[in-house]
Amino acid sequence: MEFLTDIWNWFPAEIQNVVWILVKIVAIVLPLIIAVAYFTYAERKIIGYMQVRIGPNRVGPKGWLQPFADVFKLIFKEVTVPAGASKFLFLMAPLLSLGPALAAWAVMPFDAHMVLSDVNAGLLYILALTSVAVYGVIIAGWASNSKYALLGAMRSAAQIVSYEIAMGFALVGVLVAAGSLNLGDIILAQEGSMAHWFVWPLFPLFLVYFISGVAETNRAPFDVAEGESEIVAGFHVEYSGTAFAVFFLAEYANMILIAALTAIMFLGGWLSPFQGTFLEGAFSWVPGIFWFIFKSMFVAFFFLWFRATFPRYRYDQIMRLGWKVFIPITIVWIVLVAVAQVYDMPWWFD
Amino acid sequence: MNNIKHYFNSLLLIELLKGLRVTGRYLFARKFTVQYPEEKAPLSPRFRGLHALRRYPNGEERCIACKLCEAVCPALAITIDAEPRDDGSRRTTRYEIDLFKCIFCGFCEESCPVDSIVETRVYEYHFEQRGENIMNKEQLLAMGDKYEKQIAADRQAQAAYR
Repeated sequence: MEFLTDIWNWFPAEIQNVVWILVKIVAIVLPLIIAVAYFTYAERKIIGYMQVRIGPNRVGPKGWLQPFADVFKLIFKEVTVPAGASKFLFLMAPLLSLGPALAAWAVMPFDAHMVLSDVNAGLLYILALTSVAVYGVIIAGWASNSKYALLGAMRSAAQIVSYEIAMGFALVGVLVAAGSLNLGDIILAQEGSMAHWFVWPLFPLFLVYFISGVAETNRAPFDVAEGESEIVAGFHVEYSGTAFAVFFLAEYANMILIAALTAIMFLGGWLSPFQGTFLEGAFSWVPGIFWFIFKSMFVAFFFLWFRATFPRYRYDQIMRLGWKVFIPITIVWIVLVAVAQVYDMPWWFD
Repeated sequence: MNNIKHYFNSLLLIELLKGLRVTGRYLFARKFTVQYPEEKAPLSPRFRGLHALRRYPNGEERCIACKLCEAVCPALAITIDAEPRDDGSRRTTRYEIDLFKCIFCGFCEESCPVDSIVETRVYEYHFEQRGENIMNKEQLLAMGDKYEKQIAADRQAQAAYR
């Protein structure tokens, strides 16, 4: 042991720092990927249950190994590159869509002091990264050299760009209320009790943010990007094997990301829901990260619930909802929030 | 008035919440799934599975090569050749059913005047080689010998309706 510490101290401080950060990154990404794997399992199970079926239950006890079976199947399949495709971009696109989905977790506050990099403008960073994810989709569609892929990419790009605006506006409301771009400070601004959470004063923004989040991730009922009835599978028709798996991973990582952000910005992140009540003491031993994960899972469940419930929107309806409904609502509500902030309305804006 | 009502209905997501309530309720509903290899769905005595040729209790095959089944078969899946046997009775020398062609309609069974060709309850079978899809006379008779008890019981149960 002493020998190991000696070796460790022998390295210069910069290298120690880099190694330490890499360890932290692995500690975030590995559980995240496992969470993605089990999110797919949860999706199949929950949607199955809602359709009065049982869902996967054959691989391992109660089907718990099903996600691994899926992963191994995809890994052992061949990655086919279509003739006439731009090979470099074709293989880059999945990485371009996965990268931002993982990178966004760098500023995610898991607990009071548990954050990889405590950036001041954390929210801006996240908005920027979620917008970059569009490129993965567009490039995948274009590089495939297939009409369906291109149509799907166009649809999904237009959709993501329009909902980005409503999403950004909804977050402006959060910024005004919290007075900070740092995600940790946004959580601390909701401290006090469950009634201090931003869901209540910003309820319309919460709905707009979450629904835009569903649209951002191209999930049902906004999954026209992969409308199987008309464009087969949208931007990832031509992908197979590992390349497809990476797209899949990115989609689910994005869903978990949106769920976690919703939990942070509107549901008090790692704050205990029993704060300010007589139960606060009884639950004080529970670490904040547990509440954070619990709230994220609660929000993520709605993604699955929506998919099991709603039929796909028509494309013009999606655009109408984004531009003509969400943006006006958010603008009106931002004005109201600003007024409340100026006049120090309790509890949220004082 | 109706417009206003409709406007608020859609703005407050009323219909969507109703939809969510339905699926939310079914999340806890009893599941209908039959866990197939362990559990099996009940079969009717009228079930039309794999074919069999039956025999009389004394061991004599029932088929008299009348070729009604061959004639009635809508998929032309049955092929029959017949010749007089040494004792002078008319018997099939070849009786084949192509299971790729067969649509399991049960017409052959209905047309049979001596209840020889029947469809059993066997539905779990597979082919591994080309040509295994054609069931010849020996295989059909073997099926009949193997499942005679079940076949006879099913015919008995259905006798009142035939």
